[in-house]
Amino acid sequence: MSQSAPPRRALTAKRRRLYLLLAAGLTLAGAAALILNAFQDSLVFFLTPTELKAKAPPRERVIRIGGLVEEGSVRKAEGGLQVRFAITDLTNRVEVTYRGILPDLFREGQGVVAQGQMDADGVFAAKEVLAKHDETYMPKEVADALKKSGQWKPGQKGASGAKDGKAGAP
Amino acid sequence: MIHFLANPARFMRIGQAVLPWCWAVAGLCIGTGLWFALIVSPADYQQGESVRIMYIHVPSAWMALGVYTLIAVVSAMALVWKHPLAFLIGRAAAPLGAGFTVICLITGSLWGQTSWGTWWVWDARLTSVLVLFFLYLGYMALGAAFDDADRGNRAAALLALVGAVNVPIIKFSVDWWSTLHQPASVLRVGGPSIHPSMLTPLLLMAVGFIAYFLALLILRVRAEIAQRKVQAAMMVGATAPGMQTHET
Repeated sequence: MSQSAPPRRALTAKRRRLYLLLAAGLTLAGAAALILNAFQDSLVFFLTPTELKAKAPPRERVIRIGGLVEEGSVRKAEGGLQVRFAITDLTNRVEVTYRGILPDLFREGQGVVAQGQMDADGVFAAKEVLAKHDETYMPKEVADALKKSGQWKPGQKGASGAKDGKAGAP
Repeated sequence: MIHFLANPARFMRIGQAVLPWCWAVAGLCIGTGLWFALIVSPADYQQGESVRIMYIHVPSAWMALGVYTLIAVVSAMALVWKHPLAFLIGRAAAPLGAGFTVICLITGSLWGQTSWGTWWVWDARLTSVLVLFFLYLGYMALGAAFDDADRGNRAAALLALVGAVNVPIIKFSVDWWSTLHQPASVLRVGGPSIHPSMLTPLLLMAVGFIAYFLALLILRVRAEIAQRKVQAAMMVGATAPGMQTHET
């Protein structure tokens, strides 16, 4: 017990620097967390159709909406440059019109992010459409085998399961 | 352990012994890794052949983050315990980390063009990695901006520590906010979401990159220590009385 006093004195310069650094680090991390939290809205890259409905940003504002290309919604005009489709998060959907070249990965059930503005009749006029893919990587044969055996995980491109269901496959 | 390695002579002896192994592992892993990545591994079911960019892009992204973390850790050690070698390691690692970041950004841009349809977007992941690149540049510039090497080292170390806030932001940006960049495939809850035939070359490349980095780091630290010795010897020589009369 008599030894409990000395450690207070023994706060060496090294110890002091260590504590100082830890305290500064904690403060910095806290400040960063607060800042990032405050800017939450501007840090998101896109809104989902449900968020769009909830937030209803002013019509003239350029926004991005992201989700899956709804199964069976893609309509291409002759020439193929003018396209109309719906972006869905499986709860809400937004009709989108776009004129231009679509990325190679664009297909029904695929994730996309469209940038543009809402027009007067609630249709989203996209100026740019980007494809978004998920974190799953596998060879084509494996993907086909999974789909065939009905083991396609619902999380990945949830809509491709819906397609199989609609087609009445396996 | 840390204090044991803080002795430059001892560190260099160990580094010297490890160096050939680093080269061997780097050569072997990158060699077989590239063979697997470019020839053996299959094309992706969605992205086709362009998925092969991943085998360079992802390991360099890991290195970009890992090397920065290393710099932050040695900077903290250098500031607390004043190990001169820790400053030296941080300064030697920075250009290598910046190089990995550039490779990550360039390959990512190429991959983005083929898969997403754009070279660049300002989403949270891409932006935070660009910030990481600027942090590397800032760290190197600040360290070199002082005539007094000691002050330069301390200022740079402090910047490295402040910038360390960015590391978790990069890692979790894809989970915290909606981004165009997909979430993590390997280091994720629930195990890798990547087929073993594609994970093998990826991990081989990652191990190869680490070994390559260590080899270059040892070389750079060795060169730096040698340079200090030469400088010190020249200072002694320059102030020696016999030397000056000889010169003039």
